[in-house]
Amino acid sequence: MAELEASTTTGARRARPISPHLQIYRPMLTMMMSIVHRITGAALYFGMALLAWWLLAVASGPNAYANFEWFAGSIIGQIVLFGFTWALLHHLLGGIRHLIWDLLYGFEPAERELLALATIVGSVALTIVVWIVGYLAMGGPR
Amino acid sequence: MIGQRQNEMRTAARQVRGLGPARSGTAHFWHQRVTSAAGLPLTIAFIVIVIALVGRSHAAVVQILGSPLVAIIMLLFIVNTLYHMWLGMQEIVLDYVHEDKLKILALLGNTCFVFAVGFASAFAILKLSFGV
Repeated sequence: MAELEASTTTGARRARPISPHLQIYRPMLTMMMSIVHRITGAALYFGMALLAWWLLAVASGPNAYANFEWFAGSIIGQIVLFGFTWALLHHLLGGIRHLIWDLLYGFEPAERELLALATIVGSVALTIVVWIVGYLAMGGPR
Repeated sequence: MIGQRQNEMRTAARQVRGLGPARSGTAHFWHQRVTSAAGLPLTIAFIVIVIALVGRSHAAVVQILGSPLVAIIMLLFIVNTLYHMWLGMQEIVLDYVHEDKLKILALLGNTCFVFAVGFASAFAILKLSFGV
């Protein structure tokens, strides 16, 4: 307290404490999931243009739809759609995690870690399940 | 505390600049959460619809997407998701873009993108539904 008074009375500028920068932190799972939540959100934002393309292609007619199907079936298209699926499911699970926190549950260290782990493991597992079901559905009646 | 009103949370500089809460500070957060919760069932429904449509002929896709229940679910998914992502991108821009002109441009771009994607998607679904 004496220090503070001394510095304020003399008017000397002291180095103010600033919040630590991102690069100072050791990467933690909860922190990585927070960053990934935002990145997947931004990626999905632009990915929604694909949804508009798909719907417009269906509405435009068989030729436009064939063009979309060609893209969706190409290697790049498949990678983009797989990435979109994972980003969507990861953002969805991350959202559930945030809603759990909003209800004031899951703040204990072990719970936080478990939720973060469940987000990444769950998103990868669900993405694979969705794609397997998707491929199986494609083999079904047209 | 000269010139500073009682119960004022803002600093003197903020008051002079006219920046700070405009009595709507929690609306953005709340709308983000409401669209987030609504997005859970809608996104699951969207994934189910897409899985049901992959690999089908154009005629079949037109018929299914145009059927009332599917069309309504798709429209709800699109409107909810676009509002959610408009809020989200606004937050990202405000977090990272600090230069005024660029910031305003990015915020306008956000709104334009969301409206373009939204109207294109909604128009396509309505066209399929009404069969015109």
